[in-house]
Amino acid sequence: MTETRDLVKGNEAVAMGAIDAGCLYYFGYPITPQSDIPEYLSYHLPKVGGEFVQAESEVAAINMLMGAASTGIRAMTSSSSPGISLMQEGISYIAGSEIPTVIVNMSRSGPGLGGIAPSQGDYFQAVKGGGHGDYHLLVLAPNSVQELYDLTILAFELAEKYRNPVMILGDAMIGQMKEPLLREPPGEIHEYPKEWALTGAKGRPQRVLKSLYLKDGELTAHNWKLHQKYETMKESEIRFEELMTEDADLILVAFGSAARISRTSVMMAREAGMRVGLFRPITLFPFPEPQLTAMAKAGKRFFVVELNTGQMLEDVKISAQGNQVDFFGKPPGALPTPEEIFEEIKKIYPES
Amino acid sequence: MSEKKIFSRPKTLKDAPFHFCPGCHHGIAHRMVAEAIDKYSLREKTIGVASVGCSVFLYDYFDVDVIEAPHGRAAAVATGVKRARKDKIVFSYQGDGDLASIGIAETVHTANRGENITIIFINNTVYGMTGGQLAPTTLLGQKTTTSPYGRDFMQDGYPIRMTEILATLEGTAFAARVAFTTPKNINMAKKAIEKAFQFQKEEMGFTFVEILSACPTNWGLNSIDSMKRVEEEMIPYFPLGIFKERKAADVL
Amino acid sequence: MKNSVIMAGFGGQGILLIGNMLAYAGLEEGKHVTYMPAYGVEMRGGTANCTVVVSDEPIGSPIVGKPDAAIVMNLPSLKKFESWIKPEGTLLFNTSLVSPEKQTRKDITVYPIPANDLATEMGNARLANMILIGAYVEATGVVSQESLINSLSKVISERNARFIPQNIEAIKLGARQINPSNA
Repeated sequence: MTETRDLVKGNEAVAMGAIDAGCLYYFGYPITPQSDIPEYLSYHLPKVGGEFVQAESEVAAINMLMGAASTGIRAMTSSSSPGISLMQEGISYIAGSEIPTVIVNMSRSGPGLGGIAPSQGDYFQAVKGGGHGDYHLLVLAPNSVQELYDLTILAFELAEKYRNPVMILGDAMIGQMKEPLLREPPGEIHEYPKEWALTGAKGRPQRVLKSLYLKDGELTAHNWKLHQKYETMKESEIRFEELMTEDADLILVAFGSAARISRTSVMMAREAGMRVGLFRPITLFPFPEPQLTAMAKAGKRFFVVELNTGQMLEDVKISAQGNQVDFFGKPPGALPTPEEIFEEIKKIYPES
Repeated sequence: MSEKKIFSRPKTLKDAPFHFCPGCHHGIAHRMVAEAIDKYSLREKTIGVASVGCSVFLYDYFDVDVIEAPHGRAAAVATGVKRARKDKIVFSYQGDGDLASIGIAETVHTANRGENITIIFINNTVYGMTGGQLAPTTLLGQKTTTSPYGRDFMQDGYPIRMTEILATLEGTAFAARVAFTTPKNINMAKKAIEKAFQFQKEEMGFTFVEILSACPTNWGLNSIDSMKRVEEEMIPYFPLGIFKERKAADVL
Repeated sequence: MKNSVIMAGFGGQGILLIGNMLAYAGLEEGKHVTYMPAYGVEMRGGTANCTVVVSDEPIGSPIVGKPDAAIVMNLPSLKKFESWIKPEGTLLFNTSLVSPEKQTRKDITVYPIPANDLATEMGNARLANMILIGAYVEATGVVSQESLINSLSKVISERNARFIPQNIEAIKLGARQINPSNA
């Protein structure tokens, strides 16, 4: 490690990543456990010529974001589960209108007011749509403070590349934990052409960003176009991490916080002589289905660990194509310990 | 005898026929907003925010950049646009259901923050596009498809006066209510809309013009009787006038 | 080397502050560190605990079921966390607020320290947390005392920088509870 690393809270790493990605506008509403993000940005955005707006609600915040981003400027919002629920209407419009935006969900527990403890109960909401209509977010699931920073920078780029909202799905654990961060801003921000941005119709035809299509066949074509975009993401944007999967008889599949805890359980299993590995999806949409399917075909057995009662599990089962998939779920309240997961591994580890 | 052209299409309006019902006031309102934009040569720097309702097709008529907002959220979208592009002129155009019911929080807070945008508010006391349901501005006793016995304050409360409410807020620079019922009122409406855009140009703060409008189709009246209704039933409850006009010196 | 510790007490006892200090000290020594706070919905007065892992290798879980050590500042925390400590692990607890007979395990190394009384003798009861972290570092050698002292400037704002010398004194007083010959 170098001296340039600083001890940084996960939420702050997101805010730093946003600043270093050239984000100029933030719109949001306070909610635990992510308020460090608006607090940091309310202080730092004015220093880089940007602006912070505390909205009257998450409903307003997502719409302000839609407005600001429609002008081609980098902008974001962040919230936690109940606030993200309130944003779903706006997210659907943003997806339909193809406006590049970054939305951070440092998720907490639900349903309802739930609690402020970490949870992965928003997987379905993030990955399967969330709002109305046939659309997808590109979903990134960081599992460390460093990755929160790096993936926030990536999120802004992917949002513009695909003209699509990108969600960073973290949770109260990685948002609140502190780790060393190496803050290396990208040298140059890649500029994608923005022939869609609303800048005033000066010397060019009018531009319209909308999601209402009433003429014959228009909406059908629009939906197919969006679908094609999601297919392109599946071809080009799948990201994942593997740890000792090659010789493994059993592969833990986990994302975000659950992957972080599982990593230690895998090490415990290795020390006990078990051939156990870890597969960690970094993009939840597009989901690394081809990679998991290939491993399933090679005879690998999966063990899904999530901080919920089984959501990503469904995608792993689809990928496993009939192979056995075991599951350990921990609904919100208390985080599982690595020891607890290790005990579960021992129960299902294939006898040889 | 020489001919002089005294009437032509505003540059800001496209050469497209309106889809509005006969006797509807949207067409007049559209034209007046376009004329105000022309007057200050703002077309090339204007970004419009369309709302959900009969006016959603704003972009089919106005030759400016437009973003389409979710129902009720136009003021929040306009806030985002304006914050990001302060050199642009930003206006939203919203009906009574959109602005005063589902979007009242966004409306009030946008005004209260003094966002330097203009809202054109069409009050026709009824939900137009969805088929004539009760609006927050529906008059007492008025029958709609969801108040078949007439609006009863015991059940639905009272018609809401948005201009008066917004005029109380410090962030509001200009708030006026106008109608198209007489030549005098039309002149007043034109001046109010122009003033709103002028104020925005001068960065005076939030500007708001409420237009009392006819909806003959959902009122079940012809164009002339609709106009009479605006004059005889709406204006007495929703008085016309300028309710707030900030002086330059008042801007902090 | 990998070392994990849970620190726990009432909100306001400065638990999260000493957790941060240990993480900063580890960072200064080029080690991998994680700091994981647990918190209630209250802003003040609830219970507070945090887990700090300092390791030569990259750290998997910042959550630890069986920590190498615990620093306990009040009775509820002793009741909750004493059983978590690894066999042959280390427990430091604050006998000013927890009577020694409440401590039960025999398979761990126990350091009973009257942290509040010692702090009060120094003239500032709020230094109890510094005494305990000083003692912990002396007892375990996870980081050096020097690194720990250097971390003070990271966690104490410039506005309060004048308090740093007495914090250093408290850290050293804590260390002497473990090793009386330590200057």
